[in-house]
Amino acid sequence: MSESFLPVLAGHAEGTEVAAPSTPRNIPYRDGTPNPSAEALRARFGEAVQRVDVVWDETTVFVDRARVAEIVQWLHDDPSQRYDYLSDVTAVEYRDVDRPIEVVWHLRSLPYRRFLRLKTLLYKGQPLVVPSVWAIYKSADWMERECYDMFGIRFDGHPDLRRILMWEQYKEGFPLRKDFPLRGRFSRSEQLRQILALNPEAKYSMEELSVLDAFDELSLEQRQRLRAGEKVGE
Amino acid sequence: MGLDTRRVETNVDVGSAGSESWVTTKLDFLVNWGRANSLWPMPFGTACCAIEFMATAASKFDLARFGMERMSFSPRQADVLICAGRVPFKLAPVLRRIWQQMPQPKWCISMGACASSGGMFDNYAVVQGIDTIIPVDVYVPGCPPRPEGLMYGIMMLQEKVKKERMADKSLRNEMEPDPRSQLYIPPPLIDEVSEPFGNSVHQTRSGL
Repeated sequence: MSESFLPVLAGHAEGTEVAAPSTPRNIPYRDGTPNPSAEALRARFGEAVQRVDVVWDETTVFVDRARVAEIVQWLHDDPSQRYDYLSDVTAVEYRDVDRPIEVVWHLRSLPYRRFLRLKTLLYKGQPLVVPSVWAIYKSADWMERECYDMFGIRFDGHPDLRRILMWEQYKEGFPLRKDFPLRGRFSRSEQLRQILALNPEAKYSMEELSVLDAFDELSLEQRQRLRAGEKVGE
Repeated sequence: MGLDTRRVETNVDVGSAGSESWVTTKLDFLVNWGRANSLWPMPFGTACCAIEFMATAASKFDLARFGMERMSFSPRQADVLICAGRVPFKLAPVLRRIWQQMPQPKWCISMGACASSGGMFDNYAVVQGIDTIIPVDVYVPGCPPRPEGLMYGIMMLQEKVKKERMADKSLRNEMEPDPRSQLYIPPPLIDEVSEPFGNSVHQTRSGL
């Protein structure tokens, strides 16, 4: 904890007069007002911003894959943007084989009460690699792992990129890809045989199972009590 | 397969007629009466069936009337494993471990469509019936079953317990899985019972 905890008032950066939140009504399908951050991104990053879509008043910005980390960093740090909350990292693959896979970031700015969806396109035949935003938002850790687990998209710069929903020894591929058969690649008996051959503990890494590492993080008093032979729990 | 298949016993083999004495049959009756009316369930709730199971245990339906008021949240003090809800493959070794930790005598109720057959989840992640992992005594159909349905299944299990004979040694045989495949039943049989049926035969598959 570097800074003291302060309550966040949604929309307080807009000015002193903040309208009370209300359910939006009569939203147009296409002709909504774009999020002002989209225009700011165009001005700042030029052709790295490929396209801006406004659908149901939600703005989607398609950006260059190589510059995702830089753009997200700017959105997070710039005092006129302050996107302080990453609510989702996911991907979309379409049935149409020619359409590229999209990686999606949902960013929310609590001080400005804004929502921005960033997308980048991964064309077929290219390596499925995008920059990780873990260095900016720690919440990206598990979401990027899930995206890797389900789609096989590698997040460059993620500290611990491995499966999170399926077990680590899962050999059948990436379940949410369109070329993955619904019932899996192996027969039912083979799937059962593989999973039952594992220990229940085997799906955790040694780091997660290690209690020795946690010992140093205990308080001095707790360490002394444990050294004296006190047993805790079972 | 090297599997230790359990003999199907329709009649209890007690040697020559009449050798099962009045004392042993009355002892059977007494022991079975005690066991059937104090089954301690180990609730293994993974999904919505567990909600219905909680309703069964709560005051309106009151599972305590059948001697099951004591939920055993440790497998070591449990008699009957009630698997309520779908079991994903990742949970399969955990369920197997819990079943192996339960002491004999032990029984298993598979509650609901998902635990019994995989239900609507005919996909890559869900076990197609827990009977491919552990032996099951009573299947309760429903999605989820109503509390009355679960209680009917429990009463069926009580009937089963009351019919057991100590002379039948095979009842308490602990089945050991095949050391190579870790499965109780032969793999072709598992593939056969996991075949899609009904509407799920026609569900769209990826054409890629």
